[in-house]
Amino acid sequence: MKHGKWPLIVTFLVPPVLLYVFFVVSPYFQAFQISTTDWLGYSADANPVGLANFKTLWHDDYVWNALKNNAILLGLVPVLTIVLGLFFATMLAMGGRKGSAGVTGVRGGALYRTVYFFPQVLSVVIIALLWKEVYHPNKGLLTTALHGLGLPAPTWLGDPATAFWCVLAVMVWSNVGFYVVLFGAAMSAVPKEIYEAVLLDGASRFTTLRRVTLPLLWDTVQVAWVYLAIFALDGFILVQLMTNGGPNFSTDVIGVRMYDTAFGSETKFGYASAIGVVMFFLTLSVAVLSLRIGRRERIEYS
Amino acid sequence: MNRRDILRRSAAAGLLATPAAGLLAGCATGGGGDKNDAEIYRGTKSAQNPLGVKEDAPLEVVIFGGGFGEEYAKAHEAMYTEKYPKAKIKHSSTQEISKTLQPRFVDGSPPDVVNNSGTGQIDFNGLVSQNALADLGELLAAPSLDAPGKTVKDTLLPGAVEIGSYDGKFLVLNYTYTAYGIWYSNKLFTERKWEYAKTWEEHIALCKQIKAAGIAPWTYAGLHPRYMSWPLISTAIKFGGPSVALALDNLEPNAWKSDSMKAAADAWHQIVKDKYILEGSPGLDHKQSQTAWCQGKAAFISCGSWLESEQKDVTPAGFNMTIAPTPSLGSGDKLPFEAIRGTAGEPFLVPAKARNVAGGLEYFRTMLSKKGAQDFTRKVASLTVVAGASEGVELPYGLNTVVKALDASGANGFNWVYNNYYRKLERNLVDAACGEFFSGRIGPAEFLEQCQKGADSIAQDSSIKKYKRAA
Repeated sequence: MKHGKWPLIVTFLVPPVLLYVFFVVSPYFQAFQISTTDWLGYSADANPVGLANFKTLWHDDYVWNALKNNAILLGLVPVLTIVLGLFFATMLAMGGRKGSAGVTGVRGGALYRTVYFFPQVLSVVIIALLWKEVYHPNKGLLTTALHGLGLPAPTWLGDPATAFWCVLAVMVWSNVGFYVVLFGAAMSAVPKEIYEAVLLDGASRFTTLRRVTLPLLWDTVQVAWVYLAIFALDGFILVQLMTNGGPNFSTDVIGVRMYDTAFGSETKFGYASAIGVVMFFLTLSVAVLSLRIGRRERIEYS
Repeated sequence: MNRRDILRRSAAAGLLATPAAGLLAGCATGGGGDKNDAEIYRGTKSAQNPLGVKEDAPLEVVIFGGGFGEEYAKAHEAMYTEKYPKAKIKHSSTQEISKTLQPRFVDGSPPDVVNNSGTGQIDFNGLVSQNALADLGELLAAPSLDAPGKTVKDTLLPGAVEIGSYDGKFLVLNYTYTAYGIWYSNKLFTERKWEYAKTWEEHIALCKQIKAAGIAPWTYAGLHPRYMSWPLISTAIKFGGPSVALALDNLEPNAWKSDSMKAAADAWHQIVKDKYILEGSPGLDHKQSQTAWCQGKAAFISCGSWLESEQKDVTPAGFNMTIAPTPSLGSGDKLPFEAIRGTAGEPFLVPAKARNVAGGLEYFRTMLSKKGAQDFTRKVASLTVVAGASEGVELPYGLNTVVKALDASGANGFNWVYNNYYRKLERNLVDAACGEFFSGRIGPAEFLEQCQKGADSIAQDSSIKKYKRAA
């Protein structure tokens, strides 16, 4: 096998790596270079300004405000999505307990699984537009429902006090379905005997989830955590389409700030790249940290 | 994997990446220089061809595919090829001007004519400060295509050149003529026997009456609240005279906190305080609020004269939308009630690095001919900057009221341009302040404070080029 290895590597691995370096890695490097210039994006003139962009960034209140929002998203979106995902997946896999039949899902599980997956089939743009109408302050689903119950309704996306939470809810809603399926698949790999044993020992559903399912699914949860953390640091598409960061910057996120600086209200590509570089390092650190903190012993079924 | 392996591999990765980065560093920012040797199309100037168009040179036109569509541009292009049958025109239309064209500007191969408009518009401050735009001065001096004895400049409405000028150079052709005012349905007002109020006091009284009739007096685009900055600033300018606008445009210290701005903000706060705004408006975007207005849920809305064509699909028959100037604050106003904000809009430009600059200018000359302008007005129901070009064209109801309002306003018409100089100031900063103010979360003093803070942040930002206008 030894000398058969190299032709294989050359033909199957080198081209994709080169493509990856060319189209993915090199633009990163380029962004680093652009972030140290005052490039305005519509000419070839770019003067090196060293770290001036980063210095400005440090004192930019709008960037800090966006980062604060990202931090809240980072704290809440993964937790809420994973908790809901685990809950639904558990209910679908072992929610129903019929004495003699052992562990089964709740009735109509297949239907629920399909319904939960709906948001994943829709494009993010459709989701944003859909929810914009749901949040319509006069004739949206939510307002009409609340008015129907005789309750006052807020203006949802029009009020800084509620807009952020409205967007956050959509983020969770649009992600949960995927993780239900992911966790569901992981759960189906867990041998049924374990659950039957747990059932015999008389553990409640919650204890089963916390003491048995979660430890067995830890690897999957960790992957979900990293994905969702990266998603929370981005959140660009939903925010841009639903509120574009408003009202009064209450839903602004770092991705929208970067886009607005380059393509929106200004053409400061150098400064926008600096924001991008900061975002790159933040995302990288969050991913590495969550992998580190979540490291545990792996459990092998055999 | 041992430590040595890791080191060796990362070194290899570094070796791979470095030349690639060097190779590509030239890609996004370094393009321009290499392509200067591409042929620039120039013909010989003559009386027939004052701009020196090369008759067989191709011309590329990029149109913003917004409310006006692209049919009008195709008609202009047909007029151009009628004169230069050998010229091939490449036409395209997009809603994302900035994203589509940014790489081409950098590359040094931009199209010849760009309709830089819409939400994806490229910030003009950035374009002008990077010398990316061709000087259109030659166009102004050229004879008009179908007004004998007149130059192109002579055929334009007053203010059309000034708004496209930066530091005295005419760089941007704003093709349409837009009036900004307060709109109402004449049908609704006639039915209810209401009359549009000329003073603010009467306006508030009318709002009270409208509200009592079960209709919300006002609505606005809560997600783009800058629409409400227009009537507010207009009120201030009518109260204090055009110098109020000049101070805002020139970023003068405390321009937003002038007495006139205070008086206007205090006045407009009344419609917020007395709850004369349709409930839920802060959560509506411009289309949703305009539609609510068309459905008769609100009586007034602030918008420019594109409103009628934008709402064409949802306006009930006989709605008779009518534009009116902002009410006067009192008899002490420097400008009469009739004064209205009128300005050239819908910007067109020729990039400095376009290969067929002369063709671009000639295309503008075609647009600005009486024939071209009339055709535009007929097709999209909007006025152009060409004086008298709407004569003989049958106008829809709303546009007719715009023509009348502009006539009545005459020399008292006013305008401001800070939104062109500093896009961010209006689009982001004043916009956010208006959102807070018109939803009632802040009062007039805080509103002006927030606007002033935004203007100061622009004034202090050394990376933004500043412009001054004299009058």
